[in-house]
Amino acid sequence: MSDYKTFTMDLDSDGILTLTIDVPNQGMNVWDEHLMTEFPDFVERLISDDDVKGAVICSGRDNAFMAGADLRMLEKNSGALNKDSFEESMHLNRLFRRMETGGHTVRQMQREGKKAKPVAVAVEGLALGGGLELVLACHHRVVADNPKIKLGLPEVLVGLLPGGGGTQRTPRLIGLQNAAMMCTQGKNLNPKKALAQGLINEVVEPGKTVDAAKAWVKDNVKGVLQPWDVKGFKVPGGAGSMNPKAVQFFVAANAMALKESKNNYPAIKAIMSCLYEGTSVPMDTAVAIEVKYFCKLLADPVSKNMIRTLFVNKQAAEKGAQRPEGIDKIDIKKVGVLGAGLMGSGIAHVTAKAGMEVISLDRSMEEAEKSVAYTKKILDKNVSRGRMTQEQAEAFLARITPTDNYDDLKDVDLIIEAVFERPDVKADVIKKTEAVIGKNVVFASNTSTLPIGGLAKSSSRPDQFIGMHFFSPVEKMPLLEIIPHEGTGDLALAAAFDYNKKIRKTPIVVKDVRGFFTNRVFPPYANEASLLVTEGVSMALIENSASLLGLPIGPLAVTDETTLKLGYDIMTSTKEEMGDEYVPTGSEEFYENMVTKWDRAGRRFGAGFYDYDEDGKRLGLWKGMTDHYPLAEEQPSAEEVMERLLYAQLIPTANCYAEGVVPDPQSADLGAIFGWGFPPYTGGPLSYIDTIGLEAFITTADNLAQRHGARFTPPQMFRDKAKAGETIYEKKAKNDKKAA
Amino acid sequence: MTEAYIYDAVRTPRGKGRSDGSLHEITALNLSVQVLEALRDRNNIDTAEVEDVAFGCVSPVGEQGAVITRTAVMNAGYAETTGGIQVNRFCGSGLEASNIAAAKVMSGECHLAIGGGVESMSRVPMGSDGGAWPSDPASAFHNYFVPQGVSADLIATKYGFSRDDVDAYAVESHKRAKKAWDEGRFKKSIMPVKDVMGVTVLDHDETIRPETDMQSLGALNPSFKMMGENFGFDGVAQQKYPGLEKINHVHHAGNSSGIVDGAAGLLIGNKEIGERLGLKPRARIRSMASIGSEPTIMLTGPEFAAQKALKRAGMNVNDIDLYELNEAFAAVVLRFMQALKIDHSNINVNGGAIAMGHPLGATGAMILGTMVDELERADKETSLVTLCIGGGMGTATIIERV
Repeated sequence: MSDYKTFTMDLDSDGILTLTIDVPNQGMNVWDEHLMTEFPDFVERLISDDDVKGAVICSGRDNAFMAGADLRMLEKNSGALNKDSFEESMHLNRLFRRMETGGHTVRQMQREGKKAKPVAVAVEGLALGGGLELVLACHHRVVADNPKIKLGLPEVLVGLLPGGGGTQRTPRLIGLQNAAMMCTQGKNLNPKKALAQGLINEVVEPGKTVDAAKAWVKDNVKGVLQPWDVKGFKVPGGAGSMNPKAVQFFVAANAMALKESKNNYPAIKAIMSCLYEGTSVPMDTAVAIEVKYFCKLLADPVSKNMIRTLFVNKQAAEKGAQRPEGIDKIDIKKVGVLGAGLMGSGIAHVTAKAGMEVISLDRSMEEAEKSVAYTKKILDKNVSRGRMTQEQAEAFLARITPTDNYDDLKDVDLIIEAVFERPDVKADVIKKTEAVIGKNVVFASNTSTLPIGGLAKSSSRPDQFIGMHFFSPVEKMPLLEIIPHEGTGDLALAAAFDYNKKIRKTPIVVKDVRGFFTNRVFPPYANEASLLVTEGVSMALIENSASLLGLPIGPLAVTDETTLKLGYDIMTSTKEEMGDEYVPTGSEEFYENMVTKWDRAGRRFGAGFYDYDEDGKRLGLWKGMTDHYPLAEEQPSAEEVMERLLYAQLIPTANCYAEGVVPDPQSADLGAIFGWGFPPYTGGPLSYIDTIGLEAFITTADNLAQRHGARFTPPQMFRDKAKAGETIYEKKAKNDKKAA
Repeated sequence: MTEAYIYDAVRTPRGKGRSDGSLHEITALNLSVQVLEALRDRNNIDTAEVEDVAFGCVSPVGEQGAVITRTAVMNAGYAETTGGIQVNRFCGSGLEASNIAAAKVMSGECHLAIGGGVESMSRVPMGSDGGAWPSDPASAFHNYFVPQGVSADLIATKYGFSRDDVDAYAVESHKRAKKAWDEGRFKKSIMPVKDVMGVTVLDHDETIRPETDMQSLGALNPSFKMMGENFGFDGVAQQKYPGLEKINHVHHAGNSSGIVDGAAGLLIGNKEIGERLGLKPRARIRSMASIGSEPTIMLTGPEFAAQKALKRAGMNVNDIDLYELNEAFAAVVLRFMQALKIDHSNINVNGGAIAMGHPLGATGAMILGTMVDELERADKETSLVTLCIGGGMGTATIIERV
């Protein structure tokens, strides 16, 4: 009948038109160019076809209702701010308005009694972003009773706002506070919560949503209106600057949002403005306000960078962009985790969580069982908070088998080694393991300090030997560094990716050099903070400057966590190993004093930059520091401290890229954000450098180098690129392309 | 330029600004009317001579809305020709209104005018007018808005005032206020407030607690700690002041200004009108200044307003005999004393708003009048009156006894 690519329309004998959306060539239904082009035909038919009495919208996919807009489509947006870009972004909104008003004006609806044909939506899977916005524009929302269904507006997580009426329909349905939570935090609701808040109208048995939606339409064929199109409508809980409750909400919510975002995320402020400005005007004006803020965000480098790194590149990495081709998928069902210390236990946990069997081996049963206890503690908490049933927890725990017997490793599909960081210990474990495991089983080492190539020498199958560097705590940290040594073969690399796909970390491939990537960048940054302390800069200023930059935790607090002792030990061993080639960091004496003289080796030891109580709770910065390093009379501005802390991350990252430690800018940016919490709004260090421009980056770096030392000197490669008019991400700058 | 003189100053006593306060039954209009009547009757003037009346009012909504001043002028039976304007510069409103009246005289626009203010905080609660400043995200994010109490605690933290420092200041405020009342230092300008029957409902400031001591204040919980720590405001303040590890919350109900009801007015005119009407000038306005200052710490403006006013007058800090700075919060006064090196014995000599309360729109006019009285009583020459102001502002006026 119809030849639409993205949906089918079926009219039944009751005059109910069912729109079944099924967008081809996409993992899930999304608003892509094709659906955008065809959707107007549905709206027009709904309104103009007299045989159509109402409509039901559903998904033809069983994995989702609709996942939102195709961000790749937005990535292509010119970012211009003019009437054309406004109209472009209004397009879908006008269709939504036409659908919910039946094409009537406010005057017709409120004075002449005109109504719209009823549209109900049947949601059997997730509805996110633009998908949920379509749901909200329908008059009646029916969702399947399945707690796994996510309903949410995650646009803020890529620096945008829900620009399909999301910031306007949510407050009108669930009030300002709930709407702000949804829109500014990007958190999802499950169907029960959404029903309780009033975001949706019905929750029915899975598979029955279309029936329920049709039944509602049948009962309402005389016509309906959205509540906000009825005269006298009031936002639930109140809105507007004359409403004390709304004012109170905004005063507190603004402060909370500012406290968290540090004014680094324009989307959060824009969403708050949409809620504030939009809820005291009629819907048509409200949507236009939202779209204007949306266009501004789309034009902002923050959203461009966030979309590129946090969405496009992250997804590509997780899909295995760097997995070698030509190797069949390796189905890993059982993993041998060697060592049941903190890292080994964490690895066992995420492996079991992904449904794989784990053989957790350590020297003794007593040691091995620590990994079981580790997971049990987490599961108990989940059960007590109602996130998991007792049965689920038991099944989870049963997947981890502790052992002290290497024979138990004989039928594993992958080995991950996380034993003590000593070459002789590792060599011994490698030999004993390889004696029992299958010939094709890949051996991955979770070392963070020892070169993989060196360890591979102990292996009888060095081509199957690889590094997999996890971060602590493993169940929380999202990054995985995959480190092939020179002799690593494709099979090992493929296995690492296939395993990672199950545990769902963000993987980057990193060269086998000391510290790999993240541990080459983080120490110089932490060191810079120590140097600032020795210069007499207030520790509060250092910590707050990092916070203003958007780092989740100050460098001094992090150093306390990883311990100064570890820093001191690494410093000492590096010095020994490198001999004359050792480049002093300038803080050797400081670390030595903190660890060996002043008894401030880090949180685990009871004291560091901060004081701690007996339970390890951070109390406050150590006042005694000023006895050793008196506060400088003239304190630097926060901007100066921020610049040093920022460039102490940018320069080492640039060096890593220039030296090929990371293969591409994408990996560096992902590694920085997910490895040590580099501020996400930047899109990562290299995106940040592109955003401010290579010239500006080099000027500032040279300036810092002049004032504070050669450690800030930018790599020659970046100077060359600047000269050639290139950016990090693109070989030739855009205007050159046009000229060519 | 024409000189402006203060011919008279009156104020109501300050009533506790709650439903059990003595002035709760008196409308803001009625308070204003009684002040205007007193000025007329005490000076026996033909109200047609009063060309304009400016009153400060900080929550000009509800019964304080629609230009309360003009309504009061009409209801006080003033001549139809007398105008009325309502002024809002937050806590500086009453002083700003007096300065406007003085400026009208100085510019030649008016021969005789009234400046003053009114606020019935028990009837129209603080914040009733909402406002974009704290609630519109465009402003709150841009200006790093925090409530004044958090700003006051920020001052204490940044400039090193401990809980004991601010409490000790508060104890002294009550002592001085009590002494001032005992010695009748306010009697020249206090006008008892009467009810509709003409019976006095309040003839003294209602919130002075002479028994206040360090121990009783020590028992009070900090008022802005929860707001600061749980609602994000401390985090916002620290973004503006990243040198601070945390905010030390020292202010509470006992060392901050009290919420009260009250009104005040000053009769201001040029030399000729005084001579013509047979009025005796009591003080001359030497200079006036209003400034803006950093809005997050918000309450450090008096220092800069005072300096500007001193400069305008060609004076320096030591040329002022008596300073009067509204006691919005103890740390505000302590910081002012610290910044300008002013001895406690020369500032707020008769106590202040910590003891007697701060009827937002009226306070500036009240303390200006207090200084007119005190210069005469103490036989001093010069006084600088100033207030800290929301949004980071300061207003100051220097007067000289005639």
